[in-house]
Amino acid sequence: MTQAPKTGLSRRTLLTGAAAGVAASAFPAPMIWAQNIKDITLRQFGTGVSNLNEVAQKVKEDLGFTLEMTALDSDAVTQRAATQPKSFDIADIEYWICKKVWPTGNLQAMDTSKIANYDKIVGIFRNGKLTPESTIAQGTAPHSVGFTSGPGGKDFVAEESGWMTLIPTIYNADTLGIRPDLIGRPIESWTELLNPEFRGKASILDISSIGIMDAAMVCEAMGEIAYGDKGNMTREEIDKTMAIFTEAKKAGQFRAFWKTFDESVNLMASGEVVIQSMWSPAITAVKSRGIPCVYQPLKEGYRSWGGGIGLSANLSGLALDAAYEYINWYLSGWVGGFLMRQGYYSAVPETSKDFMSENEWGYWFEGKPATDTITNPQGQPMAQAGDVRDGGSFYDRMGAVACWNAVMDENQYMVRKWNEFIAA
Amino acid sequence: MAALFRNRHLTGWLLASPLAAVLAFFLVLPILMIVVVSFWGATEFSIYPAFEFDNYHFLLTSPVTLQVFLNTFKYALVTWALTLGIGFAVAWFLAFHVRSQTWQIALFLLCTIPFWTSNIIRMISWIPFLGRNGLANSTLISWGVIDEPLEWLLFSDFSVILAFVHLYTLFMVVPIFNTMMRIDRSLIEAANDAGASGFQILTNVIIPLCKPGIMIGSIFVVTLVMGDFITVRFMSGSQSANVGRLISNDIALLQYPSAAATAVILLVTVLMVIGTLLRFVDIRKEL
Repeated sequence: MTQAPKTGLSRRTLLTGAAAGVAASAFPAPMIWAQNIKDITLRQFGTGVSNLNEVAQKVKEDLGFTLEMTALDSDAVTQRAATQPKSFDIADIEYWICKKVWPTGNLQAMDTSKIANYDKIVGIFRNGKLTPESTIAQGTAPHSVGFTSGPGGKDFVAEESGWMTLIPTIYNADTLGIRPDLIGRPIESWTELLNPEFRGKASILDISSIGIMDAAMVCEAMGEIAYGDKGNMTREEIDKTMAIFTEAKKAGQFRAFWKTFDESVNLMASGEVVIQSMWSPAITAVKSRGIPCVYQPLKEGYRSWGGGIGLSANLSGLALDAAYEYINWYLSGWVGGFLMRQGYYSAVPETSKDFMSENEWGYWFEGKPATDTITNPQGQPMAQAGDVRDGGSFYDRMGAVACWNAVMDENQYMVRKWNEFIAA
Repeated sequence: MAALFRNRHLTGWLLASPLAAVLAFFLVLPILMIVVVSFWGATEFSIYPAFEFDNYHFLLTSPVTLQVFLNTFKYALVTWALTLGIGFAVAWFLAFHVRSQTWQIALFLLCTIPFWTSNIIRMISWIPFLGRNGLANSTLISWGVIDEPLEWLLFSDFSVILAFVHLYTLFMVVPIFNTMMRIDRSLIEAANDAGASGFQILTNVIIPLCKPGIMIGSIFVVTLVMGDFITVRFMSGSQSANVGRLISNDIALLQYPSAAATAVILLVTVLMVIGTLLRFVDIRKEL
């Protein structure tokens, strides 16, 4: 309030303002700050998946303030969220990263009563259950790190406390990507990653916390190891898993390991690799080059991940209000539609429906055959009429999650073992 | 005042101080910081000041460390031998075979042209060339030399060393060429007149006189290869590790103290290698 010249406050306007403020708090209007909010700039950083310039442009159009986006890889995101709290206002991070970063106190809890669509957020992010009958998958399930005890809380609580750590924005179920034209037979199980048939033509991602999960899915499918919890392995389980993969590596099973999205696309598109861990948009990137590529559903289920936006502890006042407006806007449907047209899911799918055509909704969400050409948001064709999405509907895919991306108690030990595997 | 400036010691100190200050601030201080941090402890997401030997203990007792250091030395040694051979030959050609000075300069500049692009781009452009369906394999197959694509061309030690040699040969060529150009031609004539064969001239006259250049080039190549991490990562498809990759992995996982400890060990190793190299030639005397 000391910046009087900017807003033109005099004693009189202050008084009327105070009266209006009382009135406004009784009848909350979303755009009270409409004039000042234009000067706000929010700095968001996160992984490339949801840091899209289209979103920033739309924010400027719809909300009036500026959103600056920085895209980094998962490791760099964790690093920045943990060590440079003043460098961002909004952190777009994954739930397993949240488990690492939240205890630092760099993010602030969010009041769910300010989130208009809170009640419509899918169950996965609230009580952990997609449908009331679902069982909760292993790993760092989003709801388990989604709530804290109150403002200023550094802990996680199991129930819906009204204070969220991250507002869920985007999630998906991951599986193996394959080149059907080069394999020429059905692939049904995670075990195929280590099938000697694909010696020198397989790949796995070199991001330890995710790679170990894919490795565990394979070892479990092979029947070699029975895990208590793949998302929280014991040292013995880690040793066994890495031993199996080290042996495969020495036998020349892997062509390469990849760390960035582009690397995975290039490995697949060039035919260096025919089966590998992959992310959904990488599949679409390969497909859009006219090369057949399938995100193969496997009988053991998916390895899933979820991301959300968290607010920096340094946010306050007008900027904080703007951030809440941004979150409400995020869940109101446009972004959801934009993301779902790339194969991700929105945390509030029903609001996204209004921003998608019936054909798009049917193809991406309901798993129905496309009635017309499906294009990605940039207008490139992704599927033709009659095509069905790999893995089917939302409930088929998210209902078959075997494990969530996770941080283990034995994380440091796991990382060392993973480094040994890479160096072996 | 004027008397002050006439004081040779004072002017000497003043002239040296800007560089000394820059080096102290940007070189010595950061290295000291790295040494200090290498004794700190780390949790999942933070580092805390301490004085413990855990990082070194883990590093020096892990079998991976030894393996990775051996791998780093292997890359350094093979790259050094190849760049030395190629670099010496190229410098020889430029210095003794090309007679006209214009051509010498023109050809020398030609060598530097690739350096106008980023070395990462030069490295990555090998990947489509060497791939399973890449240019090299398809050419060899169409010539009938091979029936199956050669798998070891890419994502192997071969491709790592190929990229290193490609990237760093010029660092050998330049200093060797430089020393060769300073060799008094009459020495070669004298050796000729005394009945020395071409090979004897090479081993008894040229190589000894080129030693400083060879040594400077070697220092460049060895330090660059030992400190590298990105070439190894891309060209081996992340399948091989060297010390640089250990450090970069640690940094990515927020394990700064452990990264600092590895960096200190690497620094000491590289300094020992350079110290050994300098025992063979007194660069200062020769220059």
